[in-house]
Amino acid sequence: MNSKYTLLVCDGASCKTTHKANLAAGFKKVIAEKKLGEFVSVVKTGCFGICGQGPIVKVLPDDLLYVSVKQTDIEEIVEEHIKNGNVVKRLLYTDPFTQEPVEKQKGKKIYQKQFRIALRNCGLINPEDITEYIAVRGYEALASVLADKTPIEVVELMKKSKLRGRGGGGFPTGLKWEFTAKQPGNEKYVICNADEGDPGAFMDRSVLEGDPHSVLEAMAIAGYAIGASQGYIYVRAEYPLAIHRLNIAMEQAREYGFLGKNIFSSGFDFDIDIRLGAGAFVCGEETALIHSMEGQRGEPTKKPPFPSVSGFRKKPTSVNNVETFANIPAIVLNGADWFASIGTENSKGTKVFALAGKINNIGLVEVPMGTTLREIIYDIGGGMVNNKEFKAVQSGGPSGGVIPKEHLDTPIDYESLKQIGSMMGSGGLIVLDEDDDIVQLAKFYLDFTQDESCGKCTPCRIGTKRMYEILDRLTKLEGSPDDLDILEDLAVNIKNSALCGLGQSAPNPVLSTMEYFKDEYEAYAYRKVKHTYSIITDKCIGCTKCARVCPVECISGSVKVPHVIDESLCIACGACYTACPVNAIEKP
Amino acid sequence: MKINSRSELVELRKSLSNKITLRESGATTDDTIEILIGMATCGIASGAKDTYNELITVIEDLNLTNVKVISVGCLGYCYMEPTVQVCIPGEEPLLYGKITKDKAFELIEKVIVERVYLSDNLLIRSFDKAGASNE
Amino acid sequence: MVNIKINGIRIQVPDHTTVLEAAKKVGVHIPTLCHLKLDDFGIVNKVSSCRVCVVEEIGKPSLIPSCSALVYEGMNIRTDSVKALNARRNNLELLLSNHPFDCLTCAKNLQCELQSLANELHITEIHAKGEKMFYPIDKSSNAIVKDPNKCVMCRRCETMCNEVQTVGVLSAINRGFGVVVAPAFNIDLADSSCTYCGQCVAVCPTAALIARSDIQKVWRALANERRHVVVQVAPAVRVAIGEMFGMAPGTISTGKVVTALRRLGFDAVFDTNFGADLTIIEEANELVHRIQHGGVLPMLTSCCPAWVKFFEHQFPDMLDIPSTCKSPQIMLGAIIKSYYLKNLDILPRRLKVVSIMPCVAKKAEGARPELSKDELNNVDYVLSTRELGYMIKEAGIDFANLEESEFDNLLGESTGAAAIFGTTGGVIEAATRTAYEMITGESLGNVDFKQLRGLEGIREATVKIGSLDLKIGIAHGLGNARKLLESIKAGTSHFHAIEIMACPGGCIGGGGQPYHHGNQEILKKRQDAIYAIDKSLPRRKSHENEMVLKLYDEYLGAPYGEKAHDLLHTCYTPGERI
Repeated sequence: MNSKYTLLVCDGASCKTTHKANLAAGFKKVIAEKKLGEFVSVVKTGCFGICGQGPIVKVLPDDLLYVSVKQTDIEEIVEEHIKNGNVVKRLLYTDPFTQEPVEKQKGKKIYQKQFRIALRNCGLINPEDITEYIAVRGYEALASVLADKTPIEVVELMKKSKLRGRGGGGFPTGLKWEFTAKQPGNEKYVICNADEGDPGAFMDRSVLEGDPHSVLEAMAIAGYAIGASQGYIYVRAEYPLAIHRLNIAMEQAREYGFLGKNIFSSGFDFDIDIRLGAGAFVCGEETALIHSMEGQRGEPTKKPPFPSVSGFRKKPTSVNNVETFANIPAIVLNGADWFASIGTENSKGTKVFALAGKINNIGLVEVPMGTTLREIIYDIGGGMVNNKEFKAVQSGGPSGGVIPKEHLDTPIDYESLKQIGSMMGSGGLIVLDEDDDIVQLAKFYLDFTQDESCGKCTPCRIGTKRMYEILDRLTKLEGSPDDLDILEDLAVNIKNSALCGLGQSAPNPVLSTMEYFKDEYEAYAYRKVKHTYSIITDKCIGCTKCARVCPVECISGSVKVPHVIDESLCIACGACYTACPVNAIEKP
Repeated sequence: MKINSRSELVELRKSLSNKITLRESGATTDDTIEILIGMATCGIASGAKDTYNELITVIEDLNLTNVKVISVGCLGYCYMEPTVQVCIPGEEPLLYGKITKDKAFELIEKVIVERVYLSDNLLIRSFDKAGASNE
Repeated sequence: MVNIKINGIRIQVPDHTTVLEAAKKVGVHIPTLCHLKLDDFGIVNKVSSCRVCVVEEIGKPSLIPSCSALVYEGMNIRTDSVKALNARRNNLELLLSNHPFDCLTCAKNLQCELQSLANELHITEIHAKGEKMFYPIDKSSNAIVKDPNKCVMCRRCETMCNEVQTVGVLSAINRGFGVVVAPAFNIDLADSSCTYCGQCVAVCPTAALIARSDIQKVWRALANERRHVVVQVAPAVRVAIGEMFGMAPGTISTGKVVTALRRLGFDAVFDTNFGADLTIIEEANELVHRIQHGGVLPMLTSCCPAWVKFFEHQFPDMLDIPSTCKSPQIMLGAIIKSYYLKNLDILPRRLKVVSIMPCVAKKAEGARPELSKDELNNVDYVLSTRELGYMIKEAGIDFANLEESEFDNLLGESTGAAAIFGTTGGVIEAATRTAYEMITGESLGNVDFKQLRGLEGIREATVKIGSLDLKIGIAHGLGNARKLLESIKAGTSHFHAIEIMACPGGCIGGGGQPYHHGNQEILKKRQDAIYAIDKSLPRRKSHENEMVLKLYDEYLGAPYGEKAHDLLHTCYTPGERI
């Protein structure tokens, strides 16, 4: 026992709450008892990202992982490994592919739930220094397609990779490029859609701020493939840092000759300009985006014609999303087969999600398509805050829907989400727990869409407003059971007949919540929602604290006798709930 | 400096490879220590800019000439912002979260000078990624 | 040709046919609202915004708008599926849920396309009621009243204002439920560069855009015994007003209009065509003067008040090229208030001139301060063709069966040259007839300059007049006018004279005419009638109008002379583009 050991003990919120374990303290105690303090130090760490096997202990310098470590395993690990230098084999991390216990991690990866392609350089390189991007093989994808591939071959490569648009619709990128490439004429455009507008979504911003060059490089590759020499990035003005970094990146790329005339002496010219969006949600829709770029009102138009036929300035235009672009250099460098080997049958590669809500590890995650929601929420997200009961997850923002508990094990891809009434959308995931009110959630989204509707078509302009009004009535207990039928009719009609994708998907938050949580709607419609506080008689100790704080004096009862709230007078202020020392008050 | 061909680009990249191996595995040929700090909008909103300035000040005060602070994008650990990655030659790069301005001194003193871990702030990288250095 | 199926019926139709057109061919009716298509005038509103015409395409999750969706080989459409029917009814209900229910007192009652649609789909209940839009009504202008609360966002007005007329005043503003069509920043129409051409009014399916009503003012004047109220009727009115009384489009009802106006109590009934002949004399003289004295060319006609307002705002640096002639209605007004007045024993302010015009802009023209003398406007009240129709109905006159009568003399005399002022190409043809004889001194045998007629937006022709090749340009629709003006500005075209009318088709398609509801055949019938009137008249050159000659002889002196300038010419004011 010569070397000094370090034990990295998982102290993530997930492990702490789900296993109620304080392993670090346990180790310290045992180590102190065995008087091994000078040979080993215990360090608490954040989540390892394999919470399903938590809690985790990593031993340095031996570089191995113990998984599912319980309080009762501490003694054995300290005695065997630290004192005697023997590995505790039964607790070793098992490689999921070989099913072999892994004795030394070095050179071997722990199978992580997250796999980053689009975000591969975010946090690793300085986005304002092009040499750092070059150091991670930046612009080599562009150099290689210009040297080795014809534009048609680039399109074929994209088709083979089966990459699909990450902006929400999931249209195959290769096909989009092919349509645009096949159009006659020399004037074509590449547009990067960076008008990220879903509430709570920020994956595109992270890419632009952390790795702007990969987007520029991909746009140049797209330009080569479709025959365009000009690209535009339509980015919302609310992203000043992203714009700043894009400008620096473009300037540096021009300096190195990655943008401009005769790139890599290939004869190919390509340059990029920025167009700022003024903050309308609808401008994320490609036809509206193009109108906005042309100086018109940001309104969608009927498709066909698609932008690939008649887009910016009525010329063939390929509009692709930031995250889609961010994947492309990696696909070119690693090959279409590599990319197509990740994900599910029809949805290849990875997807970035913005994980938010009642979850421990809020953050930006990137997972292979086909990962289940359970893995995202419990393994990566570290589980529910305070171990509350999971209720649903809202995916796809205002265009998506809720996914309830019974679908937690659905592998996420474009089709599966659609099938359960939600949508991939741009990738927002908001986790709801038992305390969250589903109808209020639907109301929040409809409030958003009716305000952000461009107002062009009838169903979206007036229909979403009427839907919001009904939800507002319901939640104020002023609705009626008839309202539920009207709400559903409206939702179905808007979905069927609105002009653009945003309008057609605007009712999704209502349709999916009505499907899975109809009872909550009915409770509001029949006005069965309790909205007064009450006292749980069994728990009440008769301390009188609640009665003393009640501002409307509706709590009565004698000392040491359970109290009662007069529900007809209660104003639901919550003062009693806060005052009660024994949790004897029930919330509405 | 205009790059005119793929081979020129590859040459340039090879000359820069030190930077990335240090950050990915700790392999390097010199003694430069790098502190990467997440300076995307989210990080800045959580105080990364103050941390950045403080780190620079502390490094200057302690005259640590081989330590560089580099601003990078977001790592995705929203719940632990501001996040930094400490890359010490020969060691596995480690992530630390919640490195606010008043944690900056402690980070440098403990992790870089004393070479111990900053226990409460340690984060484990919980993802794999598409390779950059594999050719 | 492509093969498609509609409601199970197979049909072969040409490429680029819309589903709506294809359905019509197999006798399938699909209701529409925002749809507007006048191919021969180059007008199409393709926003597909109302979603009232949606149909189901088998195999597609979303319904498609039949008015703009094009057919393709193998397309399979159901216009009668429950899904489509529900959507149409629901969307119409939504539109109605945000519409003021003042149909009984609405200017468009029984003329409203939304109302007809509600009837067609038999809407008896609105399920999703809620908040309605509340915007103030814009009554700022002398011509157009805009009530945003009745706007259904069909965007037809916007298409007319921006694409056809290129005036660029109307566009959608705000977002979500608060979206409405208005000038930028929702400023008043009167503060905008609106030309009051009234094409927005002509196509608005509801009463969101209507012409200002001046009927009550005219009734009041007629009721006042101390007033001497005379009326004049524009050339395009007589070929359209019959439509309001169930008569076929293109019916010529000149004599009936005169009888009706007398019955309504007007003290004298004059013909704006007299003013038109007068205009030709002045304009032809001005043109010849400009040609012979090296004046500014081309000379542009100035009969159309919307066109006048358009160039004042859009081409303020080119105000020297339009003719300085007042329009026929104003010329006649000026003559009535001078020449006619002097034989009446009344105070000048008690003489009131009412014009019946196919136009909305004429209302604003009547109120222009420079078109007055001694602080009395040349014309006091301007009524549209529609308003005259309403007055006739209100008075219980059986218009269709009315006997015919003649205009009062001498301001009721006119030639065929004046009649054709009512359609595109007419003014310049009339001027050419007169200029020819003025320049050559010869009598013109065939007066039909067919090369000047037609419906193409921009037409060019060269007319040989003696040794002179008179180069003529014609534009109708302000968008076409803009193109011509820009080519002049750029120096790429060289004309002697250009005729411009703001409305598609000229005055026959004016904003004050009975609503055509998107049926372009009506406009063509009116045009045919205009030329039929010309052909039927014994005199077809303005300078052969004996009463006009008499007027010069007795009162005005030389054409284009001093008195004529004082009474019959005007000046222009540069405006801004807002």
